[in-house]
Amino acid sequence: MTRFLRRQGWVAGLFVLFVALLIVTKLIQPGYGTGDFGSLVRAVLPYAFAVAAQTVVVIAGGIDLSVAAMMAVTSVTAAAMMNGASEEYALLVVPFVLLMGLALGALNGILIIVTRVPDIVVTLATLFVLQGVALLILEAPGGAAAEWLKATIVGTIPIPGSPEGIAAWVPKALVLLIVCLCIVWIPLRRSKLGLSIYAIGSSELAAFRSGVPVARTKIVAYALAGLFSAMGGLSLTMSTGIGAPIPGPYLLASVAAVVLGGVVLGGGKGGLLGPIVAVFVLRLVRTDLTLLAVDPNVTSIIEGAIMVVVVMFGAFIAMRGRQS
Amino acid sequence: MTTQPLLDASGVAKNYGAVAALRNASLSVLPGEVHALMGANGAGKSTLVKILTGAVKPSAGRVLIRGETRAIHSPAEARRAGLVPVYQEPSLIPDLDVAANLRLTDTPLEPFMNWVRELGVPDLDIRDTARDIPLAVQRILDLARALAVEPDVVLLDEMTAALPANLAERVLDVVRRQSQTGRSVIFISHRFVEISALCDRATVLRDGATVGVVDIAPGVEEQIVELMLGAKIEKQRASVRKSDAVEAASAGTTRLAVRNLRVGTKLNDVSFELRNGEVAGLIALEGQGQDELFGALSGSVRPSGGTIEVDGQTLQFSHPKDAIGHGIAYVPGDRSEALLMQRSVRENIALPFSARFGRWGPINMRQEQARVVSAIQRLQIDTRAQREVQRLSGGNQQKVTIARWIAADARTILCFDPTRGIDVGTKQEIYKLLRELAGQGKSVLFYTSELEEVQLVCDRAIVIFGGRVVDVLPVEIADEAALTRAAYGLPRGAQQDVGILADVSHGSVSAL
Amino acid sequence: MSEVATLAPPVPLGRRIKRFMSDYPLVPLIILLILLVLLLQVLRPGIVNERWIANTVKFAIPLAILAGCQTMTMLTGGIDLSVSTVATMAAFIMASQAVAYDPSVAIVIALVPAVLIGLVNGIGVGIFRVHPLIMTLGTSLVGAGCLQVYQRTVIASGTKIPDFLTWLGTGVTYGFPNALVLFVPLAALIIFILNRTGFGRLLYAVGDNEKATRLSGVLYAQVIIALYVFSSLLAGIAGLLYVGLIKAPSSLSLADPLMLPSVAAAVVGGTSIFGGRGGYTGTIIGALILTVLTTLLTILQMPEGARRILFGAIVLLVTAAYLRIVEDR
Repeated sequence: MTRFLRRQGWVAGLFVLFVALLIVTKLIQPGYGTGDFGSLVRAVLPYAFAVAAQTVVVIAGGIDLSVAAMMAVTSVTAAAMMNGASEEYALLVVPFVLLMGLALGALNGILIIVTRVPDIVVTLATLFVLQGVALLILEAPGGAAAEWLKATIVGTIPIPGSPEGIAAWVPKALVLLIVCLCIVWIPLRRSKLGLSIYAIGSSELAAFRSGVPVARTKIVAYALAGLFSAMGGLSLTMSTGIGAPIPGPYLLASVAAVVLGGVVLGGGKGGLLGPIVAVFVLRLVRTDLTLLAVDPNVTSIIEGAIMVVVVMFGAFIAMRGRQS
Repeated sequence: MTTQPLLDASGVAKNYGAVAALRNASLSVLPGEVHALMGANGAGKSTLVKILTGAVKPSAGRVLIRGETRAIHSPAEARRAGLVPVYQEPSLIPDLDVAANLRLTDTPLEPFMNWVRELGVPDLDIRDTARDIPLAVQRILDLARALAVEPDVVLLDEMTAALPANLAERVLDVVRRQSQTGRSVIFISHRFVEISALCDRATVLRDGATVGVVDIAPGVEEQIVELMLGAKIEKQRASVRKSDAVEAASAGTTRLAVRNLRVGTKLNDVSFELRNGEVAGLIALEGQGQDELFGALSGSVRPSGGTIEVDGQTLQFSHPKDAIGHGIAYVPGDRSEALLMQRSVRENIALPFSARFGRWGPINMRQEQARVVSAIQRLQIDTRAQREVQRLSGGNQQKVTIARWIAADARTILCFDPTRGIDVGTKQEIYKLLRELAGQGKSVLFYTSELEEVQLVCDRAIVIFGGRVVDVLPVEIADEAALTRAAYGLPRGAQQDVGILADVSHGSVSAL
Repeated sequence: MSEVATLAPPVPLGRRIKRFMSDYPLVPLIILLILLVLLLQVLRPGIVNERWIANTVKFAIPLAILAGCQTMTMLTGGIDLSVSTVATMAAFIMASQAVAYDPSVAIVIALVPAVLIGLVNGIGVGIFRVHPLIMTLGTSLVGAGCLQVYQRTVIASGTKIPDFLTWLGTGVTYGFPNALVLFVPLAALIIFILNRTGFGRLLYAVGDNEKATRLSGVLYAQVIIALYVFSSLLAGIAGLLYVGLIKAPSSLSLADPLMLPSVAAAVVGGTSIFGGRGGYTGTIIGALILTVLTTLLTILQMPEGARRILFGAIVLLVTAAYLRIVEDR
């Protein structure tokens, strides 16, 4: 039991924080209801996918600076393809874009292996290249999105068999997020591939000696990051209805939330749940501050300060843990 | 009767650019044989191991397994070919638990657990994270993992190096029995005692080539050493020429006094003195508190009780710089802890000069050069590969770690197993140096796990057991047997034979 | 019958060139720079003249200074992602304060936040052992936010760039950019620090093996704090110079476009991101290479998108090639 607590303590703490913030939000604005929660989730969606992408790569011991750029590329590709096309065409666009993300991510991984250049530099270069590609596809924000696609994240799903009041609280966007993440993550986590990803992040040498195909595993990790980034790009197009070629602030947020979510930057430790909850926490903090009519610039100061303080705190605890 | 070798590697070569790590190495292992692979540092042992286990591709050569040519390009392929290594560093994934590690390598659980119990670890919880398991037990787990897949050839690289004597015995026992079931073992070790107790034959490498294959029999040690070095070596007490010995006025006075020192959980109550002009040996079985003692004396770890006196003054160290400020220097056993591998020999030696804030300014290059060169000469460091220390051989690297403190004029040097994994020739040079230092009035505390060194270097031997000093033996009576008895906590003069030094009751080879 | 392996044959010319380039890592960089300039001349004959060289150098200098911050922090295995924010802050604060105060006073005031941010970075990385990527990212966020708040408070008074800084940033004397008056001593200082001082040695040492430095008596926190403070100070100076060049004192994202190229310049120049290896001379050439590259891409009149693609591809190619040359594995 203590082992479970020790391992999941951080995530549990984050959950408690999230619930506490929800309570605070309700206190600040008693009228805060399902609609608002729905927009919260919709706003978090791209951040959540970005952080999922970063988490996979960080667990594998690397980092991916091209996450936001990849989201931009997939977003404009989807928007451009769906522009003026039929509703049914979108059924093709979605898998196409997802595959594209997978391929682009794999390309990152392959470049890292083949050129032996550190991942931070490769993904930095890819960041530029993908930015350029996005601009070539759509010079300015534009394109369109299929109506049914947009509708997937609007509104709520009633839970069958529960009283009226509670049912309304599950926004469709949340369901989509959970489904998308779980489809990939849950089978991965327990599989040998998943273990391999943790292994190369924990100790590449030990992994190699244990017979793990290091190069292949790394490529898969980056490919998965690409897949999640593509989901993020799609979610952007779904919520805005267009594609925007300039990447948003998702890179910074992805790295910050990964750390806040209890995933060690060195790799090998942590899970997906922590960073996702962290992203929600950050967003909720921002929402609360806005509701309190705090100057938006002060909001970013506070966000940055939170990041710094939490990370210092976490590092401090880690240091104490090592000393004992 | 010719038995076909299980493993037959011949003409193996490996070039790294223009440097030939292996020129013409060969290794032939019969079924059911325990075969030692020996050679000085830099002879090519680790490269050959890497090639055989698929970690590195050879530039030339042929490997036959059961008479068939196999090209082994990865550890997984080596495993499929029946060749499984157990490396010096544990290869468990640190952040995964044991169960996950087993799943990762497709190791069957039951055989694994059987082996673990067989090897002397009765209460393993497979949900423990590998990182939290003590190093010695991790090595046992590595071995159990290797044995659980029933390999044809097991390759053990310095298997007993970090093991306490009881576990080491079990391992050697298991190894012996493996050979009896038709499995072969390639056994890499620097310890002649183990090799003569265990092995049937030995292949000796020198300068990247196989220079001999000998049968293990009593007295073969001299021959092996000759093969390894290409010359006869005299194992005698390293003596300083009388005319050069400087009788320092301070010789004999107490330099360090440790009183009732308690550090961490392992060091409970240690008291002894270290005098100027002496080399004091520290002997202990694995994990008796010697790491903690050295940590406290060097300023790395704060003691939880007791005192340390330097030149009569009670001091508290909160950081190595405090100890260094009083002339106490620490040479760790693991070279990778002490050296800046990508930096030059000069930078490595000069490191302490710039440590203090007051010395952050411009460097007096000529003065630094003079000090560095004098230290290099004194230790006879081969500086052909000056630019990056990682290109030096293990022995030369070790010399650099000591040279640093010679150049910094340290008055007390704490050496932790400085000759571990070092070739015989360099060892002799290090012994000589330590005696010279003593002759100059400096003091040396010398921890070693190779007991025969004590009589070659030290003036007396302090033995620690259970976190306490159990005996202090003058060098005349500090032979291996006496030291081993003391290290197990047995009173002086006890007649029992202990552990692997005992006349072997199973097997036919008698111990040296 | 075993085969005898052959000894390595007498070193062929190709290998000897490679070895030469490995021992003198600046040579391939300089060759690349010259090749790029030649390419430029071929594509637009006559462009490479005195004025163009002066212009390129002018624009390369602020980048080179920021890349210097990256070089020094990367040597210790770290990175400083707050440099562009610090530079922008210094520029804006100086410009707004110069309205009321003497330029030198304004400059001093402007550098105070830089020192503070450097201090916080150093404490976070050195004492709390926070990963430098995160720490500097965080302080950069906080700094940007503070800058925005500050801007609201001084919005009424406007901004002013002291003539001295304009002279430094934009002016050219006898064909040489005036910025060299600042940059040459600064670069010489950095190179001297890295090669000839105890502090410089410690940067390399700490990046190579921190445990070993501890055993030799080095206080990690001390070195790191000094490093990040110095880095932020440099970034502030770069910002002051840059605003003299760009002359957009009220921009709150002035130095942001220099952030990622500063990292790229250090890497292209041969500094290892893992620490323990590299130097500033390579970085300077790296900054020049990137600046020439940007001009090249502009000349080619490609759409913005294609330019970015090429930029990224070239950074990757150069780094990969450089690694292959320098690391003889």
